[in-house]
Amino acid sequence: MSATPRRRRTRLVLSQIALAALALVAIVAATAFLLLVGGYSVRDGLVALWSGSLGSWYAITSATLVRAVPLLCTGVAVAIAFRAGVFNIGAEGQLLVGAAAATAVSLATPLVAWSGGVTIILALAAAAVAGGLWAGVAAVLRARFGVLEVISTIMLNFVAVHFVSYLVRGPVQEPTHAYPQSATIAESLHLPRLPGAGRLHAGLLLAIAITAVSGWVVRRTAAGFRLMAVGENPDAAASAGQIDVGRTTTRAFLASGALAGLAGGIELLGVTFALYENLSPGYGFTAIAVALLAGLDPWRVLPTAVLFGALEAGAGAMQRDAGIPSTLVTVIEAALILAAVTVQALRLGRRPNPGRASIAAEP
Amino acid sequence: MDALTPFLAATVRTSVPLALAAFGELLLERVGLINIGLEGAVLAGAFGALVGASAGGVVLGYGGAVMGGVLIAVLFGAFVLWLRADQIIAGTALTLLSIGTTGTLYRSWYGSAGAALGIPTSAPFAIPGLSRLPLIGAAVFTQPPITYLTYVLAPLLAWWFARTHAGLALRAIGERPDAAAAAGIHVDRVRALAILANGVLGGLAGGTLVLAQAGTFAEGMSAGRGFIAIAIVVLGGWSAWGVTAGALLFGAASALQYAFQAMGWRAPYQVFLAIPYLLTLAALAGAVGRARPPAFLGRSLPPRR
Repeated sequence: MSATPRRRRTRLVLSQIALAALALVAIVAATAFLLLVGGYSVRDGLVALWSGSLGSWYAITSATLVRAVPLLCTGVAVAIAFRAGVFNIGAEGQLLVGAAAATAVSLATPLVAWSGGVTIILALAAAAVAGGLWAGVAAVLRARFGVLEVISTIMLNFVAVHFVSYLVRGPVQEPTHAYPQSATIAESLHLPRLPGAGRLHAGLLLAIAITAVSGWVVRRTAAGFRLMAVGENPDAAASAGQIDVGRTTTRAFLASGALAGLAGGIELLGVTFALYENLSPGYGFTAIAVALLAGLDPWRVLPTAVLFGALEAGAGAMQRDAGIPSTLVTVIEAALILAAVTVQALRLGRRPNPGRASIAAEP
Repeated sequence: MDALTPFLAATVRTSVPLALAAFGELLLERVGLINIGLEGAVLAGAFGALVGASAGGVVLGYGGAVMGGVLIAVLFGAFVLWLRADQIIAGTALTLLSIGTTGTLYRSWYGSAGAALGIPTSAPFAIPGLSRLPLIGAAVFTQPPITYLTYVLAPLLAWWFARTHAGLALRAIGERPDAAAAAGIHVDRVRALAILANGVLGGLAGGTLVLAQAGTFAEGMSAGRGFIAIAIVVLGGWSAWGVTAGALLFGAASALQYAFQAMGWRAPYQVFLAIPYLLTLAALAGAVGRARPPAFLGRSLPPRR
């Protein structure tokens, strides 16, 4: 506590710069290593990465920003959960059931000329509720039985994948029964495209609004303070802060699931227009990297979501144009998480946090 | 008993990789650490087995499997012991790293189509005498050698934890690392060894998937077995025998898929595929709280001295 505020601030800025530098080194090193080992041309790979992500207006809007939308929602979802000390690794499953719920509502609601907007709202609400309920299973297991949510959310991811696989081959399969996917939703239910921005849709505005509100709640409200207090040290929050730890973590968990579910709904109404198995290229896992790199601050998720949107878009282009496996982007994500963890560990240095026992959350 | 022998054989076959990985996690959790990267170690082990076996047969395959698992373990050790980074996040990142790296290398070395690969596999070995036993002989004692290693590991670990000085030291660290250090135990050295053992066993688990079961590699073929192994440790109450029973239970549940399908039970096949994961959730809800976890489990380590 001896450091003055100014020196603390300087140190914070320095550690941010260190994080950015380390992240960059991690990306370049991991990418170059795998390209070389795989026998690919590093130059071709980087050219494709650039032109597919930020090289043109079309790439920026229709590739990078379109992918940034689900990453923004799921990134904020993960940030909120992690902040409360809830390791929600299940954003992927929550996103999938959200998309499934949005599909069900979109296909089941009878269409009248004026009802498009209403149905969109209903579908998005259903997506959020479904995601929240899916996370709720893990939240109840944690609160009632002390089950480590890392394991339960991962298990729920697998269950969600098989559930969607069942849906698209069973109840919601398209009428010809030729493909494992649902019927395409009516055009009046598509989220409107943003003018002059290719495939980019209004979901971006919604995602930005959610991010802004979440950031405000986390930074400026009592609820946000409770979230952080519980995440930092649950014992102190309970004894000194008179905070109901169980209720706070459960709420954060449910909110996190709802946001991830909403991401699935937006993706369905804005991009895919039909439910199928590989609807998400792992957005829910990328979200962990997005949130950690943003220091679990919703507002700072905005730039990191765009960064990862660009990486995902660029990876797709590398696969198409240079034949480089798109799985490379998973390596980059992992390297970025490890870079963030390293900086965090170095920053905390001599300040251990003995409070958290993560295997069996206090029931 | 025509139906029972294949069921028992399938149970043992699917239990072995789970048991190996769970033994690795058991050793680690007994020193108070938890490794979500175990899933990554299993996957890296499977890929290592593919590379090793294509180069020079089954033995090299297992060598490659161990190397794959150890590689992930060394990284886990570097982040958790050396940097004192968060175990859960580091482990999650290492699983992602393994998924990405094995996927990338597999596609670039074996073609993006992932053509059917004929690699040498580990043949079952009938134990003379025992394999003639009625009912269980053909199922339990006609298995690839790695299965017999697993049979030996369970009693060995149980004895080692309870009866040896090293085993007691290991458990002491999981309960009270400061007290263990005061008693002259090199805490971080033992933790490092446990992490290494975790990598070896996780890698072997992946190796059995390739060398004793599938005979090929597929991207993400670990399919959550590393995560399930972590749940099995909780389910087994952090004891070697409990973990063995847990692994057999999961093996039996997976084997039921085949039995149900053979019986012509009509249900969407996705239900069968989801059973192990649903069972994990149910088992955890029932198991947690009954056995006491090591007191220091999952807590962040104090800074290095």
